[in-house]
Amino acid sequence: MSKEAGMYLSDRPRPAVLPDAVPGPRMASTRERVGRTVVLMGLVSLVTDISSESLSAILPLYVTAVLGLSPLAYGVVDGVYQGAGVLVRIAAAWVSDVADRPKWVALSGYAMSAFAKAALLLVSGFAALTAVVTVDRLGKGIRTAPRDAVISAVTPPAVLGRAFGVHRALDSIGAAIGPLVAFALLALTPGDYTPVIVVSLAFGLIGVALLGLVVPDVRPRRVPREAAPLASHSAPGVLRDPALRRVVAVAGVLGLLTVSDGFLYLTLQRRDDFAAQYFPLLFVATNVVYFLLAVPMGRLADRLGRHRLFALGHLLLVAAYAGAARETGGLAATGTCLLLLGAFYAATDGVLSALTSALSPVRHRALCLSATQTATAIGRLVSSIVFGLVWVEIGRGQALSVFAVALSAAVGMALWLFRGLPTTEESRVR
Amino acid sequence: MTPRVRLVAFLVVCLSVASGSVAYVLGVRSQQETASGSPGQPAPPALSSVESVPHIVFRSTSTGQRYGRVAMVPLSAPAGRPAFTSLSCDRVYAAMTSILCLASSGLSNTATVYPLSGAAGTRIPLVGTPSRARLSSDASWAATTTFVSGDSYAGASFSTRTVVTDLASASSADLETFTLVHEGRPITPHDRNFWGVTFADDNDAFYATVAFGHHTWLTRGSLRKRTLVTLREDAECPSLSPDGTKVAYKKRGDRDPGDWRLAVLDLATARETMLAEPRSVDDQVTWLDNERIMYGLPRDDAGGVQTDVWVARADGTGSPTVLVPDAWSPAVVR
Repeated sequence: MSKEAGMYLSDRPRPAVLPDAVPGPRMASTRERVGRTVVLMGLVSLVTDISSESLSAILPLYVTAVLGLSPLAYGVVDGVYQGAGVLVRIAAAWVSDVADRPKWVALSGYAMSAFAKAALLLVSGFAALTAVVTVDRLGKGIRTAPRDAVISAVTPPAVLGRAFGVHRALDSIGAAIGPLVAFALLALTPGDYTPVIVVSLAFGLIGVALLGLVVPDVRPRRVPREAAPLASHSAPGVLRDPALRRVVAVAGVLGLLTVSDGFLYLTLQRRDDFAAQYFPLLFVATNVVYFLLAVPMGRLADRLGRHRLFALGHLLLVAAYAGAARETGGLAATGTCLLLLGAFYAATDGVLSALTSALSPVRHRALCLSATQTATAIGRLVSSIVFGLVWVEIGRGQALSVFAVALSAAVGMALWLFRGLPTTEESRVR
Repeated sequence: MTPRVRLVAFLVVCLSVASGSVAYVLGVRSQQETASGSPGQPAPPALSSVESVPHIVFRSTSTGQRYGRVAMVPLSAPAGRPAFTSLSCDRVYAAMTSILCLASSGLSNTATVYPLSGAAGTRIPLVGTPSRARLSSDASWAATTTFVSGDSYAGASFSTRTVVTDLASASSADLETFTLVHEGRPITPHDRNFWGVTFADDNDAFYATVAFGHHTWLTRGSLRKRTLVTLREDAECPSLSPDGTKVAYKKRGDRDPGDWRLAVLDLATARETMLAEPRSVDDQVTWLDNERIMYGLPRDDAGGVQTDVWVARADGTGSPTVLVPDAWSPAVVR
C-alpha cells in the first residue's frame, strides 16, 4: 500500500504554489474548505449551462418552427450529439496532460461551443444545423476531462467528493436557469428566436472570459510533490493500473444498464396524463434535487468511500425504474421517480470524477478522467440502442423491469470488484 | 497581465457582452412594436365582417405582439389585411364556427375547442408538444397529435400521441387503443405511433398515419368500430379532399429523414400524383377547394419564425404561390 499512499499524499497541492488552495491544517480532514478555483470553475459551468440549456429548451421548437424540420429529423441531430466526440475527448485529455495545461484545453472546448452558438445565427437547413450541433458537442467533449482535472489539481484528496459536489451543484443551477431565460425572452419578443441565440452566445462568451481571465492557470504536474508520483507509467500504461481499470469497467457496465433519460421521461408521461401535464415542473424539481444533494452526496462519498457511493447510487436508479415500470402512475409516483433520478445524478456524476481523480496520478489525470467518463458515455450510447430494441420486443414497462434487475445485479458486481479499494484517503495514507 | 488587470478585463467583457445583448433584445422588441402598431397603417378589419363571408382561419406568424394569434382573411382576398382574434395558438383548425386551438407555453400544453371565436372554450385532453389539429367538417369530432418526450428526442425515444374526441359526449380515445389491422391481421407492435388524423364527412371514416418498425403507413380508420387498417406505405399526415375522393399527404421516398414531398392519391384509382412543390413540406396540408392544396412553409431568412401559407394545384400542374403571407395552420370556413 505504501506506493499508493505516497501517491495520495503527493496529490495534495501546497498553499505556497496555489494561493487559492485550502487554508488551515494540511492533514487531510473533511473539514477543509473547497478552494476558490473550484468555485470559479463551478461559475464557469453555471454560465455555460445557462448558455447551452437556454438553447436546448428552444431547440426542438426552433428546429420545427424555423427550420421546418420534424422532431423525427431532430432525433437524428440528437444522435449526432451523442456520437460525436469520443475520440476527441480522449485526444483532448491527452494533450491536456502532456502540455500540463488543462485550463487552456478546457478553454478551447468552451470557446468551440460559444462559436457554435454564433454560427447558429447564420445557418439554415438540416446539414448546417447538424454541423453546428456537432461542434457544440465536440466542445463539450473536449472540456469535460480537463475541467475536472483542474478541479482535482487544486483540491486536497480528502475532500474531492465535496469539491466535485460544489462544482456540480453550481452547474445544475445553470441548467435550471437556462430554460427560464429562454422562455422569458420568447415572451418579450414573441416569434423571434434570435434574442435567445444572442443571449445564449453572450453567456457562452462570459463563461469563456471567466475561465480565460480569472481562473488561475493550474499546472498539475508542476505542483511540488511530497513523494514521487507514479511517474513511471506512460500515458496508455496508466490505464493498465488495476484499480483504475476496475473503475473504467464498472463505469462502462453501469452505463450500459442506464436507460437514457429520454426513455424514462417517455415512459412516465405515457402511463399517466395527469402527471404529464405537470411534467415540465417535475423536471425542474429533478434539477433542484440534484442541486440540493450534490454537496451532501459529495461529503458522503468522502466519508463512505467514493467507489461505494458511486455503485450504491445506481440503486436510486433501480428504484426509479421499478417505480416507472408499474402500470399505474399518479403525480406522487411520477414525482418520486424524477426525484430519485436527481438523487442518482447527485450520487454518481461528480462522485465518479472524484473517485477517478483519487486513483490516478496527477501526470495522467485528465486522461484517466476521460477514460471513465468515456466508458460511461459509450455504455449509455449502446444502452439507448439496446433499450430501444428490448422495448420494441416486450414493451416499455417490461423493458424497464429487465434493466432494473440487471442494474441491481451490476451494482452487486461493482461492489465486489471494488472490494479492494480503500474507504477514505486517510485509510490509504495509514 | 496581473490578476487585477485580468479581473478588470473580465468585467469589461461582461459589461460589453451584457449591454450588447440587452441592446439587441430591446432593439428587436421595439422593432416588433413599431411593426405591429405603426400609426400610418389602417386598423385591421373587424372580425365580424370577415367571419360573415367565406374565410381562411390561420395562425399569424408576423413577429411582434400579434405573433401566434389566430387571424382570418376573406377567401376573396387571402393576401389582404387579416382580422385578429384574441386567441393565441401553436396549431389551429376551424370548421363551421368552431376553432380548435393547441397552445404550448413551455410549461404547459392545452387543447381547447371554441364554439365561436369569441365564446368560452372547452378543454380536451392534450399531452405533449402540439403538432397537428383537425376538426370534422361539422365540428363534432376533434383530433390532436402531440410529440411526447422528455427534454431529449434521442433516436427512438421520439414518440407521438394522437387522440380523437367526440365533442358532443366529450369522450376521448387514444388511437393506440384502436385495433390496428395490417396485412389482414390485427397487430400490436410496441413501437407503433400515430399522427395526422383527417375526418370524412360521415363522422365514422378517417385517415391517419401509423409508424412501426421504421416504416410509415397510411391507414383508414373507423371511429365506430375503433379500428385502423393500413393502406399504403410512405404517406404521412393525410388530408381528405372536401369531396372525399382524394387524399393528400407528404412522403419521404428515398430521401433523408425530414425531407418530404407532397403527393395526392386518388382513392378510387389508387393513382398517386406528385405535386409541383419542389421544397420539403413538413405540414398536414389542407384543401382550399377540390383542386387546390394549402400548406405552410418557413421563409428563408434566418432567425425569425416567419412562415407563409402556399397554394399548389392537386393535379401536379402549375407552380406554387404564396396564398396567405405570415401564416401557418390554415383552415377554410365557408
